[in-house]
Amino acid sequence: MESARDPIPFRPYEPGTQPPYDVPAYGSTHKRHPQEALARLPHTVTEVAGPRFNPSQFPPIPDLSAVNGKAALGERIIVRGRITDEGGHPVPHTIVEIWQANAAGRYQHPADQHDAPSDPNFRGEGRVYTDEDGWYRFISIKPGAYPWRNHHNAWRPNHIHFSFFGSGFAARLITQMYFPGDPLLELDPIFLAIPDKAARDRLVCKLDMTLTEPEWALGYRFDVVLRGHAATPMEG
Amino acid sequence: MPAATSGQTIGPFWHLIEHPEWADLTRFGAAGDRIELTGSVTDGDGAAVTDAAVELWQADPPADHLFPGFGRCRTDARGEFRFTTLKPGPVPGRGNAQQAPHFAIALHARGLLKGLVTRAYFAGDPMNESDPLLSSIDDPERRATLIARSRGAGHWRIDIRLQRGPSGETETVFLDV
Ligand SMILES: [Fe+3]
Repeated sequence: MESARDPIPFRPYEPGTQPPYDVPAYGSTHKRHPQEALARLPHTVTEVAGPRFNPSQFPPIPDLSAVNGKAALGERIIVRGRITDEGGHPVPHTIVEIWQANAAGRYQHPADQHDAPSDPNFRGEGRVYTDEDGWYRFISIKPGAYPWRNHHNAWRPNHIHFSFFGSGFAARLITQMYFPGDPLLELDPIFLAIPDKAARDRLVCKLDMTLTEPEWALGYRFDVVLRGHAATPMEG
Repeated sequence: MPAATSGQTIGPFWHLIEHPEWADLTRFGAAGDRIELTGSVTDGDGAAVTDAAVELWQADPPADHLFPGFGRCRTDARGEFRFTTLKPGPVPGRGNAQQAPHFAIALHARGLLKGLVTRAYFAGDPMNESDPLLSSIDDPERRATLIARSRGAGHWRIDIRLQRGPSGETETVFLDV
């Protein structure tokens, strides 16, 4: 039986907005997607509560574009955006984790065998927090495209990986931000795995001249919506 | 208002955000019943999944500045992970139900376009009999995939199978949350 003290569940995902687990065009899903039906789990405190990170224990890393004061190679960029929930409320003071390839399309990672140069002055990891109105910002280098072995002549579009936590563990989101006008997007099985085109297109950031700093860096806007609650709690 | 943003795979190079100390949830000095949770992740061929991010979350003990309640661990070359944390107690379920002590586990990896979520309960806990989630799983072999086994003092183990194994090993119960 339900009770008035039950936590308010998160909203179900909108149909078509999340990729399925089994995507034949993306070979790594073949042996890794569950074949049994998922077990339905009404949200409890386990799903509705979630971790909180604070900058004193998890310090910000807001600039990926230099190491020890030495500038990385490539096109410097500023990425800024607002994180809200599905009710339109800003998500304040939440952690944003970022990682990406360097300008040449190479990750600072031993398993990355792509024959492209490493850049000791590029920091592949970032971490920032939203302010009280849900805004975040970091500085980086535009990542290069890179080959992967999914199919013959497969190349990932330019992208930055993001991790968000939201207000509860069931709102956890890991995604990728893409760049406008990238012709590889229409060939990418990972991007195309999202059924809904409008949802896909929201993963593409926008060039924003108000964020761009003259003589210094292009600015891109990337807004993110995290899962919201099924019902709005009574306010006041 | 727009719907929640779409997920994409964590990919094979997420270790750029890996901090191995995150696997120890007691590192900020939390006191309590310290335990280790170890396990493995295998795919439909029975092969070790060696590039997964395993995330642990527990609503009990409540998170505070000494206890984050959250940890992350990579799977190693044998597909193994290991957390150090505090043993959770029961937490409320919906209505008047109580939930048996459990961890929430999220898996992120290359080939997973969105995270997989499961749980780990503790073998032998009398509350398991009346836990709403465990009770909802009719097949005892499937239910058993949600239950960590004791490996001696303070050590629990759970093996996660993304698909039925080549010798018929049972696929882990994943949750629609
Ligand atoms: Fe990538």
